Amino acid sequence: MTYLDHAATTPMLPEAVAAMSEALSTVGNASSLHSSGRRARRVVEEAREAVAEALGARPSEVIFTAGGTESDNLAVKGIYWARRNADPARRRVLASAVEHHAVLDAVQWLADHAGAEVTWLEVDAHGRVRPETLREAIDANPDDVALATVMWANNEVGTVNPVPELAGVCAEHGIPLHSDAVQAVGAVDVGFAASGANALTLTGHKIGGPYGVGALLLDRDTPCVPLLHGGGQEREVRSGTLDVPAIHAFATAVRTSVRERPATAEAVAKLRDELIVAVQQEVPDAVLNGEAPGSDGRLPGIAHFTFPGCAGDSLLMLLDAKGIECSTGSACTAGVAEPSHVLLAMGADAASARGSLRFSLGHTSTRDDVDALARELGGVVERARQAGLAGMRKNGRQQQEEV
Amino acid sequence: MRVLAAMSGGVDSAVAAARAVEAGHDVVGVHLALSAKPGTLRTGSRGCCTVEDSRDARRAADILGIPFYVWDFAERFTEEVVETFVGEYAAGRTPNPCVTCNEKIKFEALLDKAMALGFDAVCTGHYARLSVVDGVPELRRSADEDKDQSYVLASLTPEQLRHAMFPLGGSRKPDVRAEAAERELAVAGKPDSHDICFIPDGDTRSFLESRLGERPGDLVDAETGAVLGRHSGVHGFTVGQRKGLGIDAPAADGRPRYVLALEPVSGAVKVGPAERLAVQRIEADRPIWPAGPLAGPTECLVQVRAHGGTAPAVAEAVDGGVSVQLREPLRGVAPGQVVVLYRPDAEAGDLVLGSAKISSTA
Repeated sequence: MTYLDHAATTPMLPEAVAAMSEALSTVGNASSLHSSGRRARRVVEEAREAVAEALGARPSEVIFTAGGTESDNLAVKGIYWARRNADPARRRVLASAVEHHAVLDAVQWLADHAGAEVTWLEVDAHGRVRPETLREAIDANPDDVALATVMWANNEVGTVNPVPELAGVCAEHGIPLHSDAVQAVGAVDVGFAASGANALTLTGHKIGGPYGVGALLLDRDTPCVPLLHGGGQEREVRSGTLDVPAIHAFATAVRTSVRERPATAEAVAKLRDELIVAVQQEVPDAVLNGEAPGSDGRLPGIAHFTFPGCAGDSLLMLLDAKGIECSTGSACTAGVAEPSHVLLAMGADAASARGSLRFSLGHTSTRDDVDALARELGGVVERARQAGLAGMRKNGRQQQEEV
Repeated sequence: MRVLAAMSGGVDSAVAAARAVEAGHDVVGVHLALSAKPGTLRTGSRGCCTVEDSRDARRAADILGIPFYVWDFAERFTEEVVETFVGEYAAGRTPNPCVTCNEKIKFEALLDKAMALGFDAVCTGHYARLSVVDGVPELRRSADEDKDQSYVLASLTPEQLRHAMFPLGGSRKPDVRAEAAERELAVAGKPDSHDICFIPDGDTRSFLESRLGERPGDLVDAETGAVLGRHSGVHGFTVGQRKGLGIDAPAADGRPRYVLALEPVSGAVKVGPAERLAVQRIEADRPIWPAGPLAGPTECLVQVRAHGGTAPAVAEAVDGGVSVQLREPLRGVAPGQVVVLYRPDAEAGDLVLGSAKISSTA
């Protein structure tokens, strides 16, 4: 099987599996006061220190959560509520149009239910938010901005945003910046303090850790209203019994993936470049989306293409039948492949947004994966092209005849 | 064969797919998303293409061990089925959206895509018997008379039928449910879907009103020409309808009145006594002949509705259509409905000779 969907989830690192298995067989609630409790708490605190160290943050800035979606919701809603409570004029949320749904929908929820006003930040043709776009949005009225949220790297096309520059623009007006770095950690250099961002989301299963665990790095001076109330385990910002085995494995994955990053990223980027060459050889009119390969502005593991005249769901099914697994981007809850909001924001038309595929590589990828794709892709695209965009809107001819 | 099984999330399509797998075919399951904004959960037994149905279909595919995908046909469905449905009512006709869906979605949009992607056939859970004899498809009534769906499939062209597969045609519904249970398919006890899937509350009149607005017109006595009242649009009526006419005064002879005809241009709804509903002749156009047009006048059985409405008749292929002389009168025959011609066959199931869309009656 050829797994080219590491951006969806990547296999767990052996170190993380070992850490989790070991911790699963010990008892102890990290909030208990006895020996077992203290032992569990020690595991959690060591994990906190490991995460902080790997990402250039202070241990007290690490809030463990149940993953990327929770971290994004906590940052976006929590910081919005806190900032607006301190000054009711702060109602505006600045968000890039290419965010993951965990940010996008949280922002939209604030607009629909909590009186927020949203300024969607436009992106350039590669999917990047330019600092001048952010500056312009802030300058419209710096006093009414609650927060800005811009992802570190895009999960569909792999474009990396200039987070330090964006944070610099925000800092001029004391506006907190949240960045969803789920795809960036372990792939590019991510330093929390150095970036100047006030909040940063990361999650376990994208970096070789387990599912269902992640963290929000939250600057100590950035107030945040909790989403979950209860025992107040995590700095009173997040409640819930700490998942010791998951946190232990997550921290192991963060440490390992960040430590190994220079070598992994280089190897993965090389494979990705080979994959791009192979795709363009097999399908000369395939359009690579995002930055040119070799640029710093691109994640090492993602290659995203539009295949003119093809429907993404046809391509996916045909490749799946050949044992090659990739992604069309996001799917709705029913499982329908949707036109990518990222490509639409980058200026693509609806047909291109439906006719795209993401191939993503990771720590277990090999040259064989690229070769397998190269072998099958030409035939698959040809077939998908025959099927065309069947199922999409026909011109009105038939309808007029009917009525 | 490479078979694409259309899986609605119901028990029939799940068992049909299971039988295709068992017959040794290489089967892929596909659920069609037909609603632009699917409801999350079913309400009662009504509606289809909800997220829950998609999940039921997925779970059935899991049990069968076949790949499963959801394909978005919402735009095509809206355009070809929903808009056509609304347009037909606005024109005073009575369409059957399931016929249109089979014709335009399952066996056109889906079949075209499936064929282009390398499949040989589309398999569904319809109750009709289908075989191909010397390259000519033979479509017959289901072994389960109550569930027979040959009527809604009769508009398929021979080419469409050659690439269709109805594994349930020879079975009875209770046996299909029992088989689903035996195969441990969780949908074994799922209620049958009823009504029109895109009108989940079953209130066709409100649906049409929300789409077409009010188009007031007169209720006219077909015999005297007297105006009996006003109505809010011809789309609220079907030929043969008795209830809900909104006429206060009874007819002079005290007998109930029925809708006899709809005239969309003038907006008139003509009403009259039951005997004037009786139809002796049917003219229909856009015929489909699975084995070629009828050779001369042919004794047959005609059916004008999905359930019931059958009568013996003599049918003849005429230029671009079909002319049907009924041996016994039929009531409630409306333009826009499909007339299907069968050659009675008690043993193998009545054979579909042809079908066409009713253009006028007399």
